[in-house]
Amino acid sequence: MDAANYLYLSVLLFTIGAVGVVVRRNAIVVFMCIELMLNAANLAFVTFSRINGDLNGQVVAFFTMVVAACEVVVGLAIIVTIYRSRRSASVDDASLLKR
Amino acid sequence: MIELALAVGQTQTPEAVMFWILAPLTVAAAFGMLLVKKAVHSAILMASVMINLAIFYIAQDALFLGIVQIVVYTGAVMMLFLFILMLVGVDSSDSLTETITGLRPIAITAAVGFGGLMVSLLSRATLGRSAVGLQVANENGNVKGIAQLLFSTYVWPFEVVSALLITAALGAMVLAHHQRLQTRPTQRELSTERFRGISLANAAGLPAPGVFARHNAVDVPALLPDGSPAANSVNATLEARGDMLNSGAFELGKIDTSAGEEK
Repeated sequence: MDAANYLYLSVLLFTIGAVGVVVRRNAIVVFMCIELMLNAANLAFVTFSRINGDLNGQVVAFFTMVVAACEVVVGLAIIVTIYRSRRSASVDDASLLKR
Repeated sequence: MIELALAVGQTQTPEAVMFWILAPLTVAAAFGMLLVKKAVHSAILMASVMINLAIFYIAQDALFLGIVQIVVYTGAVMMLFLFILMLVGVDSSDSLTETITGLRPIAITAAVGFGGLMVSLLSRATLGRSAVGLQVANENGNVKGIAQLLFSTYVWPFEVVSALLITAALGAMVLAHHQRLQTRPTQRELSTERFRGISLANAAGLPAPGVFARHNAVDVPALLPDGSPAANSVNATLEARGDMLNSGAFELGKIDTSAGEEK
């Protein structure tokens, strides 16, 4: 099987995640879509590592995972803080800067 | 199990079978994440996508990353998501009506454009090349290979990432911390309040819920001597949720007290 199939899958998952970030309005779902995009990029890294026979890609994917974990921790804390003050987790409701 | 997965990854046909079964499942789950209304269902579908990705990693000779994916993502990150969902409210479902007019068609058009561009790019770029494979790089085992890179070439990024993790943990603590605006009343103050307050009626504590000898549950208000229900005997949260039963049905005069004769 051609390893490029994994790259096509990765592109597909990345695109779905991007649509989710734009279309969905629940902040938590938007966040999960960002995670999906990060995971799709990771799949591409792992596949490229296999295509080139080099472990550097896997190390980069590992770093991506760590950064994604940090991002989740801080992002969810922000969501909880916003929810505490506004009683809503919708990204449309947090528009204080607009007014 | 892992040996089997590795064997599947290193042979040609079984990997293709696995891919063509799991890839559509992954894409379907990702699509479902977009379409389902409740955030909890999205989280479950996301977890299934992540498990599938872990299988793909293991099949591609990235054993360490596959295990890390399951432990970190499906284990820690998704549980964190579910935890926050519980905190924010499981029932908070998205209304799927669009607020910005024309956002959805634009988003879908842009996505199709981007996806098509990338797919066509990939099909041209990878034409006529076959994968080298990681058999040589993984000679001493995948974990050893990654460790050698991580602690030689990538040791500085590794240290930076550890600093990032500590900063993120501290940031989350600062964000989640909130200061009390007034001090918590002590037991002594509460007691003084009860006796020096407007009425002495509740000095001995609020009445307990339930109806004596007939029905004893926290969701039924107690009956006062005159037969009326005591509203303050039921927890305010139950009352607000609408989970309070009407105690009128258990009132003494209204119950069928005629005992059936036993034979």
